[in-house]
Amino acid sequence: MLTRILFAGFLSCASAAFATPQIQHWEAPSGARVYFVENHDLPMLDVAVDFAAGSGFDVAGKVGVASLTYGMLDLGAQGLSEDDIARKLADVGAQLSGQFDSDRAGLRLRTLSNAAERDAALDILARCLQQPLFPEPVLAREKARLIASLKEAETQPESIAGKAFGRAVFGAHPYGWYTEVADVEKVQRAELEAFYRAHYGAKQAVVALMGDVSRAQAEAIAQRLTVNLPAGGADARIAPVMIRIQPSEQRIAHPASQSHILLGTPGIARNDEDYFPLYVGNYILGGGGFVSRLMEEVREKRGMAYSVYSYFMPMQQPGAFQIGLQTKKEQADESLRLVRQTLRTFVDKGVTEKELRAAKQNIIGSFPLRIDSNKKILDYLSVIGFYELPLTYLDDFTVRVKKVTTKQVRDAFKRRIDPDALATVIVGAPEVEKANQ
Amino acid sequence: MRILFVVVALLLQVPFAVQAEVHERILGNGLKVIVKEDHRAPVLVQQIWYRAGSMDELTGTTGVAHVLEHMMFKGTKEVPVGQFSKRIAAAGGRENAFTSYDYTAYFQQLHKSRLPLAMQLESDRMHNLLLTDKEFQKEIKVVMEERRWRTDDEPRSLMFEKLMAATFQEHPYQHPVIGWMNDLQNMSAADARAWYRTWYAPNNATLVIAGDVKAEEVFALAQKYYGAIPAGKLPQRKAVGESDQLGIKRITVKAPAELPYLIMAWHAPTLRDAEKDWKPYALEVLAGVLDGNSSARLNKALVREQQVAMDVGTGYDSVARGPGLFVLEATPREGKTVADVELALREQLALLVRDGVSAEELQRVKAQVMAGEVYKLDSVFYQAMQIGQMESVGLSHKDIPLMLQKLQAVTAQQVQEVAREIFNDDRLTVATLDPQPLSDKPKRAHTGAAHAH
Repeated sequence: MLTRILFAGFLSCASAAFATPQIQHWEAPSGARVYFVENHDLPMLDVAVDFAAGSGFDVAGKVGVASLTYGMLDLGAQGLSEDDIARKLADVGAQLSGQFDSDRAGLRLRTLSNAAERDAALDILARCLQQPLFPEPVLAREKARLIASLKEAETQPESIAGKAFGRAVFGAHPYGWYTEVADVEKVQRAELEAFYRAHYGAKQAVVALMGDVSRAQAEAIAQRLTVNLPAGGADARIAPVMIRIQPSEQRIAHPASQSHILLGTPGIARNDEDYFPLYVGNYILGGGGFVSRLMEEVREKRGMAYSVYSYFMPMQQPGAFQIGLQTKKEQADESLRLVRQTLRTFVDKGVTEKELRAAKQNIIGSFPLRIDSNKKILDYLSVIGFYELPLTYLDDFTVRVKKVTTKQVRDAFKRRIDPDALATVIVGAPEVEKANQ
Repeated sequence: MRILFVVVALLLQVPFAVQAEVHERILGNGLKVIVKEDHRAPVLVQQIWYRAGSMDELTGTTGVAHVLEHMMFKGTKEVPVGQFSKRIAAAGGRENAFTSYDYTAYFQQLHKSRLPLAMQLESDRMHNLLLTDKEFQKEIKVVMEERRWRTDDEPRSLMFEKLMAATFQEHPYQHPVIGWMNDLQNMSAADARAWYRTWYAPNNATLVIAGDVKAEEVFALAQKYYGAIPAGKLPQRKAVGESDQLGIKRITVKAPAELPYLIMAWHAPTLRDAEKDWKPYALEVLAGVLDGNSSARLNKALVREQQVAMDVGTGYDSVARGPGLFVLEATPREGKTVADVELALREQLALLVRDGVSAEELQRVKAQVMAGEVYKLDSVFYQAMQIGQMESVGLSHKDIPLMLQKLQAVTAQQVQEVAREIFNDDRLTVATLDPQPLSDKPKRAHTGAAHAH
């Protein structure tokens, strides 16, 4: 009782005292969409430039082109060798990194906001984005490195499981494709250039800026980073995912001492109406760290795993809903039964009012922690821009969470997750039970 | 592996608002409380650091520091099992803990209004932990699963574990933080209780609070929640060391993998006196010269030009209670061997020892250090972490600005000199991963392939 009273007080006080960052949004003359939060607390600037150029835009027969295109952006640009790029960035203490997934590809830059350092760093970023060279010898080297790492991944249980799971959940959809050695071998430089020209256009670029520059400076930077991008024009949509899948179970042998278990199905897209009920519900199922049901059943009560979790990966098209755990081989089947039972009960019976209240307390109460650094705010700006979420997304977030009801959670899970139609992958599968099947 | 520069913004023109002071007070029971104000966001972090890590363990009970860390979530009389996490979660918090060779630390991140709750819970389990046999029996299984996941089935972790065991023959760094499986299998709740009674006391801890707080208010709360806990009688810590290695050591680890892998580790000093020592600073800079960016010496030579390696990395941490290691690691490119890679690494080291480093390289590393100091301010958690670490290894958070100055003062000659001293085969252990095919296993373990469906 006491907790509830305190909690109510806390919430009202928090919402009164806590403001979400004010997002400025405009379109650059280049056509790029720009999202900016001005903040002068720290003498630094974070920039992200993203494109609809993730692995979901690969085409059959040319898998791996998207990822190599992205990976080569900072390995040679007009007037700059790959070593020039790395050295010149280091000289001004700037950090260049990137973002690559099924939907998005892009570069991130963190730099001091001092004019000299900032301009030097932005110059490099501008050239990497707009004038990449994809040098042939560098490509040959990167292909060889990628091939070696793919071969390594083929031997590691976690990677083997991820690959089999993707195939089982997404079938022939690009979200389930996995780059094979043979794919990489045949990638040609011309394909990277073509992919770049089609997918890295200004009109599809999303520029996010966070930090110590003025609005006028931000406008100039956004334009400078996108004005010379290629024509672009490729379709920014990814083919629909088949939502209903046939149940499947793959048991893959591996000498590891643990079985790596994954279960799942296609989940939801970013703009899905059920996003919040599923998000809050999943917190209770397996997203809430030590207080989730899966954690309670598998780890806290029985000591059967160190890590057990579930999540939805909302993408442009429905990404995976996934449950995962690792447990010693001898108890893999027992754990799997337990996880399936926990999910079934969850989907059938839904969540209690008490659980929902606790979930909301955490998700709403921890909201300030989601936006307590420039880096985290930059990540939100990128996501809001890329998926064209409302500019009020951060303000709406807690409101939408607050509105979720137990009925909505139960309905959403019932409609979206069929415990009888899941893909299951067990790498390092035990032998004993198999003999009985 | 990146060089972890441990320094703070002082020489920088950081706006005053964020360059907040660090405040310190020691309670009557010996608990040191350190507050770093940072008012950028209405959040805070509480971290409590115990000067008890795996290096304090004894033969037969390796891993007990980490097991106790797990047990700290298993309930007190006031806060029954499971309730610690539930109450932090209900307050909108995030929490976890970590154990290292040198220390064990616990943290909660919360809205700034929730510090009393965090302190109430953390101070309660400092002296009221129940540690029942029943909870221990479950949790030890979790820890064994963690060991399988982190080490036993991870070829490179396994290799690092074996490397440490070979490198240190006297110093307890030879034992893995997670503990040997045999010791975990034989551990009892009594071992965990003994550990808790020995080390969990206010006079063996540092409390760090960072974020949107006022130092005086924090001190008052700390007094209220932690002040009444009696000081413990800490055992005298034995000085442990490692005598000189008398020649190169080589080990091979076989594990299921595709690619071989090489680690070379040289004994190296760590920081004991932040004012007088110079080698640890020179070693930090050396690591930056070798591997501070992707065109630094090792990546440029081995990965980009000679293409003998797939990747290469450098590791050195000057901040530790015990002795240090300067580590190089690399994966041979297909068609190349670990011997080829070792030779190529040795060539680079020989060049550096012979010709030294350029003014440009030195300046580049220093520019990265300075920028890193600004970027660090974007993470309240990391700033608290740095303070806790310094205090826990026997240095002071007050050394942090001094260390930055010292790093900036490192000369090319010092880098060359320390390289000459460190890169000596008599200090070196070389570990090689010998990849084993997945099918090359006892028959029973892979017959499943035939039955796969």
